[in-house]
Amino acid sequence: MASTATLRKPASGFRISRRMLPYVLSLPALLVCIGILIPFFTAVIYSFQRYRLSQPWARQFNWGENYLNFFTDPAFWNTLKVSLLYAGITVTLELLLGLGIALLLQRRSTVNNFISIMLLLPLMIAPALAALMWKLMTNPSFGILSYLASLIGLHDFRWASSPSTALLTVVLVDIWVYTPFIMILLLAGLRSLPTQPFEAAALDGVPRTFVFFRITLPMLTPYILTATLFRLLDSIQQFDIIYAMTQGGPGNTLTVFQVEAYLNFFQSTNVGRSAALMVILWAITYLLSNIFIKNWLRLRERARGEA
Amino acid sequence: METTSTLEKTLRLIALTLVVIFFMFPIFWIFLMSFQTNETILAIPPSVIFTPTLSNYAALITGKLTTAAGTLDIAFMRNLGNSIFLSVTSVALALVLGVPAAYAFARHKFKGSEDIAFTLLSFRFAPPLLVLLPLTQYFQWLGLSDTYFGLIWVYQLICLPLILWIVRGYFEDISADVEYAYRIAGHSWFATFRKIALPLAGPGIAAAGLLAFIFAWNNFVFALVLASADKQPVTVGALAFVTSSGIQYGQIASAIVLSVTPTLALALYAQRYLVEGLSLGAVKG
Repeated sequence: MASTATLRKPASGFRISRRMLPYVLSLPALLVCIGILIPFFTAVIYSFQRYRLSQPWARQFNWGENYLNFFTDPAFWNTLKVSLLYAGITVTLELLLGLGIALLLQRRSTVNNFISIMLLLPLMIAPALAALMWKLMTNPSFGILSYLASLIGLHDFRWASSPSTALLTVVLVDIWVYTPFIMILLLAGLRSLPTQPFEAAALDGVPRTFVFFRITLPMLTPYILTATLFRLLDSIQQFDIIYAMTQGGPGNTLTVFQVEAYLNFFQSTNVGRSAALMVILWAITYLLSNIFIKNWLRLRERARGEA
Repeated sequence: METTSTLEKTLRLIALTLVVIFFMFPIFWIFLMSFQTNETILAIPPSVIFTPTLSNYAALITGKLTTAAGTLDIAFMRNLGNSIFLSVTSVALALVLGVPAAYAFARHKFKGSEDIAFTLLSFRFAPPLLVLLPLTQYFQWLGLSDTYFGLIWVYQLICLPLILWIVRGYFEDISADVEYAYRIAGHSWFATFRKIALPLAGPGIAAAGLLAFIFAWNNFVFALVLASADKQPVTVGALAFVTSSGIQYGQIASAIVLSVTPTLALALYAQRYLVEGLSLGAVKG
């Protein structure tokens, strides 16, 4: 029977595997999944071990000790504080700025479209390289920004190399790189809003602040939520900008989660602590990303339903 | 709504000008710096008037920096080559593997398909070092730590989820009826995929590929942790550059300019696709 089938149509050999086809096609995705999950579980195991690369013989399970130590570890609380501060400040400022710029560019015109394309550029620059650019501009001896600061009376303003202004400097770089992202999302959102409510409001002579707070903002909320959560997820694990700019310094002013974990792993070779830090950060992002994914899928369904 | 006063127009103009200055000035300034020698860079007050020089680019491209103290080797061109090679091969591989998988996810609801898709999506937001730090050890055991192959494989963690999710959305938007009709006409599954589904999802695939390329190119932490010195892309190479002695500021600036040019050029060339891809299909319609 098989032989007649193959004689009649060579494709029928292929047909038998049709039920398997989706599995075959998604195999690479599955492999990548496994490729992520194996090191992920390895990291979880590490986080329950006393494990220092410098003392491999002393490696053993210490169960929750790495985590318990965090409670009395000022360095950990500093990491948590700086990470939350960094994420909170950057996302808030980027959201306000991004919304403001999107509103400025809302009307479709040649100039507005040109500007919105120009604003894409910072987003296309690798964050690590953006940090380098700002490092050159804030160099104490020749940086243009240090010079400008001295013009307004801030002599010897040391930007990222001073503990009191390091956070401000990296936040500034983050804003420079990522505000365009929020702007693009919100601009797309603004331009996709139905026009009728606005026309009706204009016809009735409704004040524009009222229109903004009662019509624009509520209709834009799903987009704002998506953009905020997306940025929050990225920002709380920021590594590139901070590492390229200050490597977590000066001192431990900017040792956010990922920077601290990196330094723990490669400098103090404390794998256990490093892994525990990453697992905690993962738990935070997991919670946030679940909210994000749900919200995003809902938005996507709605966009599709309208189309 | 159109009754905009002169005052408001002026305020808008000022605000927009400030926005453009803030976002464009760093690019402009570093670009200028890349054509300057150390003397003009260090001059106070800083000036935009100077005699441009190509010496920084010449030093990077020839790989030799001649100073009073002697010649210095610069490996920057190698970094640039690594970036090109790693990004292009990673995206190509991710497209070959990811597009059919995205199609399978979109067309066939099979057991575990959502689990795989969600695992990939949720790890898109997971801290990369969580996976990378244990990977350094696996790489040593597997003998991958000094290879392009290992890096390309790890770059799939960036590219593949991106391509899967974006392209899947585009496939889902295409009505399956056209494909059924073509199948009923006696064409094979593969012919349907190639002749109907692929062309229709073309813009989505382009957007996803473009975005994956930019993410791969701009990636820093993967290569920082896993790449050996001679396999590092520009993001890591440029950083090492800053700390190496004898390098002049103009050369750092020109290295930055060379490193960001490909992504900026791509962004300008295909900005429409990019915006579509960036919004991840969330704001389509």
